[in-house]
Amino acid sequence: MSGKTDQIVEQVRSSRVWRSVFRSGTGNSTLHRALAIQQNIFLHLFATKVRKRMVRFSATWYLGTLTFGTFLILVITGILLMLYYHPSVPQAYADMKDLQFVVSSGLFLRNLHRWSAQLMVFLVFAHMFKVFYRGAYRTPREFNWVIGIVLLIITLLLSYTGYLLPWDQLAYWAITVGSNLSSSVPLVGSKIHFLLLGGNQVNANALLRFYVLHCVILPLAAILFIAVHFWRIRKDGGLYVQQSEPKARAATESTLSAKEGQ
Amino acid sequence: MSDPKDFVAGIDSDQRHSPTRVVFVTRRTSAQVKVTSEDQVQTYPEVMFRAALAIELLAIALVLFSLFFNAPLEGIADPTHTPNPAKAPWYFLGLQELLHYFPPVVAGVLVPTLLIISLVIIPYFNVNIEANGLFLKDRTKRLRLFYLASLGMMIFLLVFHVYVAVPPTVLVALAMIVAANSTPDSPSRLCRYLARRPLAYWIMTWFLFELIVLTAVGTWFRGPGWSWVLPWRS
Repeated sequence: MSGKTDQIVEQVRSSRVWRSVFRSGTGNSTLHRALAIQQNIFLHLFATKVRKRMVRFSATWYLGTLTFGTFLILVITGILLMLYYHPSVPQAYADMKDLQFVVSSGLFLRNLHRWSAQLMVFLVFAHMFKVFYRGAYRTPREFNWVIGIVLLIITLLLSYTGYLLPWDQLAYWAITVGSNLSSSVPLVGSKIHFLLLGGNQVNANALLRFYVLHCVILPLAAILFIAVHFWRIRKDGGLYVQQSEPKARAATESTLSAKEGQ
Repeated sequence: MSDPKDFVAGIDSDQRHSPTRVVFVTRRTSAQVKVTSEDQVQTYPEVMFRAALAIELLAIALVLFSLFFNAPLEGIADPTHTPNPAKAPWYFLGLQELLHYFPPVVAGVLVPTLLIISLVIIPYFNVNIEANGLFLKDRTKRLRLFYLASLGMMIFLLVFHVYVAVPPTVLVALAMIVAANSTPDSPSRLCRYLARRPLAYWIMTWFLFELIVLTAVGTWFRGPGWSWVLPWRS
């Protein structure tokens, strides 16, 4: 049975159509596996090979991967939620009630989105501290650290703009408390506050603005910076290796070069 | 450096690849291993598989959690009825806690801006490239500066009645005193560890402790009028 399945899979993979889609061709050689990464527009962000000791759980706790995982879950559940949501007052709140009582699995969908969002904020912070304590922010990875900070801010903004969308008391007053802070910016505070909310207090305009930020602008910005963040891992020489971390195998070849003094 | 030579020499040999190589590293430079061959794995399929597995386990955990715990939903937004206390999302409650002590321009604008700026400059500020322990060099001078800085911070916190921020500060300061009185070859593992920590480590650890304490206090210990409440007595 499995022999037959393998045969069919092999036939499909060597067909003209398949080969026109995947440039790397068929085969299980190291070269083909490297090409599978290198010849794919999305996967080529990553290196074709990774140091064995960096794959271990203890090295990174997979915090970056898991953060990306929550982002994927949020995109999928977010798109499904958009199908049932109107960013208008008071329909937004009625849609929450519909999700709770009318839509099949609507409550589950909202739960999954909400809890994933909370976890993503937590994981972004955890990832940042783990990277710091490993010393992985040092040269030549300093700019990727900065991109990480940008992603932290985008994550907080995504979570914050999403907080208003249910249009319940919790949402309304949390956003009121937060947005009032923007009016304390010297000189331009009230202008920023007005720009953010589309009015002098949280109202239907604010809901629409937060909806557009939450569903279009911030996710696009996040995807863009995530791509750069991943790509820079490869360009900066792979995941940072701590010298004290045990190696999988003693190095057999090393090239020494002088480095300019500190 | 106590080494009287103005260079260090290293020999590296691998007959399969290259003849003997000798490198001289002159003074004020340091040797850096640029290429080290070590076991690597193919990203496809091994790393991809592990990443997919990690994300799937995460998804399973989140699905299970979402089946048993419902997201909060209160009554419809009512601008005429202010709940007491009105709280921001949990990750901003540390800042809201600071808002209790400082004017909005400090807690809401200055502190977040300074935080972001300091996080961004961390990698560029790393003058201490070998990450030497804070008190291993210029011990007396640095110890004096440390006492001055911690005293200043304590007075600042007490003047503004920010008592919740005191325990983390004291904790980090005590750990730093232990570090100052330890050497990298102390018999205790903890002392060895602390002695080797650079300044950046201490600042970040203090930030982490304050973040946890302020967020926890804002989330669980603040009730009507931002007064102190105990979460188990509601």
